[in-house]
Amino acid sequence: MTGGRASIWGSTRFRGLVYQVLVVAVVVALGGWLVHNTLVNLEVRGIATGFGFLEREAGFGISENLISYTPADSYARALTVGLLNTLVVSAIGIVLATLLGTVLGVARLSGNWLVGRLASVYVEAVRNVPLLLQLFVWYGVLTALPGARQALHPLPGLYLSNRGLVIPSLDWSQGWLPVLEIPSLVGFNFVGGLTLSPEFAALLAGLTIYTAAFIAEIVRAGILAVPKGQTEAALSLGLSPGQILRLVVLPQALRVIVPPLTSQYLNICKNSPLAIAIGYPDLVAVSNTAINQTGQAVEGVTVVMVVFLALSLALSGLMNWYNKRVALVSR
Amino acid sequence: MKPSFRHRPLDWGRANLFSSPANSLLTVLALALLWQLAPPLVGWGVLRASWGAGDPETCRQAGGACWTLLTEKHRLMLFGVYPYEQHWRPLLAMALFVALLATSANRRFWRPWLAALWLLTVLGIGILMWGGVLGLVPVETAQWGGLPLTLVIAVLAIAMAFPFSILLALGRRSDLPAIKALSVGYIELVRGVPLVSVLFMASVMFPLFLPEGVTIDKALRALVGMTLFTAAYLAEAVRGGLQAIPRGQFEAADVLGLSYWQAMRLIILPQALRLVIPPIVNQFITCFKDTSLVTIVGLYDLLAATKAALNDPGWRPFFVEGYLAAALVYFCFCFFMSRYSQWLERELNRDRR
Repeated sequence: MTGGRASIWGSTRFRGLVYQVLVVAVVVALGGWLVHNTLVNLEVRGIATGFGFLEREAGFGISENLISYTPADSYARALTVGLLNTLVVSAIGIVLATLLGTVLGVARLSGNWLVGRLASVYVEAVRNVPLLLQLFVWYGVLTALPGARQALHPLPGLYLSNRGLVIPSLDWSQGWLPVLEIPSLVGFNFVGGLTLSPEFAALLAGLTIYTAAFIAEIVRAGILAVPKGQTEAALSLGLSPGQILRLVVLPQALRVIVPPLTSQYLNICKNSPLAIAIGYPDLVAVSNTAINQTGQAVEGVTVVMVVFLALSLALSGLMNWYNKRVALVSR
Repeated sequence: MKPSFRHRPLDWGRANLFSSPANSLLTVLALALLWQLAPPLVGWGVLRASWGAGDPETCRQAGGACWTLLTEKHRLMLFGVYPYEQHWRPLLAMALFVALLATSANRRFWRPWLAALWLLTVLGIGILMWGGVLGLVPVETAQWGGLPLTLVIAVLAIAMAFPFSILLALGRRSDLPAIKALSVGYIELVRGVPLVSVLFMASVMFPLFLPEGVTIDKALRALVGMTLFTAAYLAEAVRGGLQAIPRGQFEAADVLGLSYWQAMRLIILPQALRLVIPPIVNQFITCFKDTSLVTIVGLYDLLAATKAALNDPGWRPFFVEGYLAAALVYFCFCFFMSRYSQWLERELNRDRR
């Protein structure tokens, strides 16, 4: 450190300021360059900008819609239909994967050697193979099933055919209490019940089976994190195994389980766009069709990103609130 | 003290399978499940399966698994649409790559020359795949496919994302507010978005981002997308390690008069990265599996090539066999990585026990 130059350059604060200004300048310049290029390119290709296209007529059909939708509706409504499809498959997937994952996680820890082994084989086999490949298999299996006449009938009220999965449904239209509707096969068609399309069923099966393997590991780690002494102390207090699990082990294990579980839930949401590969019309698939028709890629991708960011924030906010409730309250 | 059951299978069975009525019931149920599943599976996969060369008709008559599919189609599945007579080139490239991995896995070879070896091998693989020199026929990246493409994308994405992720993690922990804000913004934005969207953005929007008339290769676009995506997740893993380093280490480095970069390079990062080997390798595994998503933007990786092989109407009914084979390839790589990370963790923590 010699000379006057060093005296000001030697100041950490000054150097920090210089670095920050440099980095921000580079980022801004890069961003500006990209925006400039994009605007020039859009103009050359004659593509409109702005979100005005959302009001226009979409003109394409969507195979699965929870709210009424026709090709004459606007792009905004088409995207809403896609978003609802994403939400439905993610929500059901989260519930099913949590149930299956918990069972598998407990099974891996079971004192029963055979059950533990079977669960290990499941976890290792499923989580080391890409989800997309598994989706292709499930979709292939579901569409290769026999037609409605020869539908598989593994359980009462459950039909599996190349038209999808038919399950019992609740009918709310008959007064106050819902009536359980058991589907039955009449001629070539199913009467009553709820039909899940092969696309939806394959996506749901893929997301559930894949994520359950990861949740199983999280549950196992959570239970292992509870010291053995806790169980032993509970045993010596005379609690039953069920009481031990409910009152002693689970409350402590949940503290370890909830944070990583949150990221698995987010993963289900973020993996649901793989739907596009098997033709389930989720948000990303619908926005892709919109992009192909209008050419407005920037706006289409922005809509998807904003929606998923909002979804991620909402879900992690919810899970953080739950995490606070189960967290250890110390002095 | 755990009793030894090694020579008494009956005792072992009593302790591990039939220790209580509930446990016995579980064992019986599991055995029943196996009894339901195993014989049909063996019958399908081994006894009634058709092996060797043939056509779909032989498979249909045999009525079991059609391993004939693999004999007939394995070159399409492994190498995609790479010119048929030139298949020795991707094969040699993969062999080189596996040899490189095997060398790198050994701690004895962790010397500066290993980095040079990596550069040389990657260069060699590039020459083999592209051609155009040394009398090799040039092959465009649009024709690359199968396992070599999967490996190239995965390895390059990881190799480029890793240094970037360290910068991001350091940026997120930085005292400089502007740098911290940029890092946090990038990491959270990317982690909030599905990879499919990032890949679409890469394939649709990159051409718009570049000056008029400049185009970049489809495979390169997907590679950039994978890299940017993986870096954000890796950065969070690295940050975990940085946060676990006691404050005293940073202060001690300051006291020694080390500059920020010296302190990071010599004191902090070596300790931090060692702590987070498992999550980092998990991220590598995820990245390797995620390369299958380039199928969606129209590249012929292992999964897409398998799908293409199954597009042949005659072979289509035997899709399970084709996907099983591809799954086995993915499984081998991922399983090897996870086992290696467990071993490495033990190996590096030897001095701590």
